[in-house]
Amino acid sequence: MSDPQTALGGQTASGLVELSEATPRGMISLRGDLNDATLKSSVEKLTGTEFPGIGQVSAGQQSAACWMSPDELMIFVSHQERYEALTALRDTLTNQHVLIEDMSDARAIICLKGDLCRDVLGKLTPADLRASILPPGRLRRTRLGQVPAAFWFRDETKAEVLCFRSVAKYVFDLLEMASSGPPLR
Amino acid sequence: MLTLTCPYCGIKSDETELSPGGQAHLVRPDVESDDEAFESYLFLRPNPKGVHFERWRHSSGCGKWFHAARCTMTLEVFGTYSAQTSEPPEHIIATLDERRPNWRQVPE
Ligand SMILES: [Zn+2]
Repeated sequence: MSDPQTALGGQTASGLVELSEATPRGMISLRGDLNDATLKSSVEKLTGTEFPGIGQVSAGQQSAACWMSPDELMIFVSHQERYEALTALRDTLTNQHVLIEDMSDARAIICLKGDLCRDVLGKLTPADLRASILPPGRLRRTRLGQVPAAFWFRDETKAEVLCFRSVAKYVFDLLEMASSGPPLR
Repeated sequence: MLTLTCPYCGIKSDETELSPGGQAHLVRPDVESDDEAFESYLFLRPNPKGVHFERWRHSSGCGKWFHAARCTMTLEVFGTYSAQTSEPPEHIIATLDERRPNWRQVPE
C-alpha cells in the first residue's frame, strides 16, 4: 500500500511551545442518535473507553471518541485500523439512520507541547481557555484566526488542534507565529 | 461584545463564533394570503429598540441553530433556547416579564 501523506508532512517548529503535525491517524466521523444504546456500546467497544459526555473527549491508549455536536462524534483510531473500525461500525449500526465516514485524509492534527499551550492558543481564539472552563479531556470547537478548528488538552502540557486539511498550512503558520517572540512570563 | 451560550453544547460563544439568522418565530403566510402579507413576512420587521427574539447558528462550534432573547439596546441576554420551538419557552417569558414588564408593547 502507498504511504499515507499528512497535510504538512510532519512539519515541526519550536518557540514558546513545540509544534508538530501528528503522525497519520485514523479519524472517523459518526453522525446519528447519540442516545442510542447500540450506537453507544459499539463506540465504546471500538475505543475501549467510556462514551463521551457533552463536549468531552474520551481517550484510551490508541483511540478516542470526541463529542462534536449533539449528533456527531469524531472517533480516533490508529491509522492502520481505520478500515476495520469503519467496517465494525457499519456492520453494527445497520438498523438506524447514521453516517459513518473515514475523514483521516480530510483533517489535520497539530500537536502543541509545553507549559505555554494556553497562552499560545489564547492569541488566536476567542475561546475561554482557563483550566477551570477547559480542563484536560474537554474539546472546544471554535475558530483559530479566520478558520474553524477544535482543540483539547491531553494534559496541562499537551494540546491537540484539529482542523480541515485544506487550512492546515494556515493553522500551522498561525500557531508558529503565536508561538514565536519573547517568553510571556 | 455579545456572548451567547449555545443551548446544545453549553459553550459560551463569542459573537465571532456565531452566525446571525435574523428575527425568530416568523410565521410564513399560507398560499391564500395576499401580496401584502407576503411582503410583510419577507421584508417588514418591527425592529424595536429593546427586546428581540433572534435566530443564531453556532457556526464555529457544534453547527446547530438556536434561539436567543436579548435587548438590542443594552445587549442584556435574557436567555438562549432550542430551535425546535415556534415560540419562546416559559422560562424566557418569565425572565422578560420580570426584567422588561412592557416587552410585549411593539412600537407602531
Ligand atoms: Zn453549540
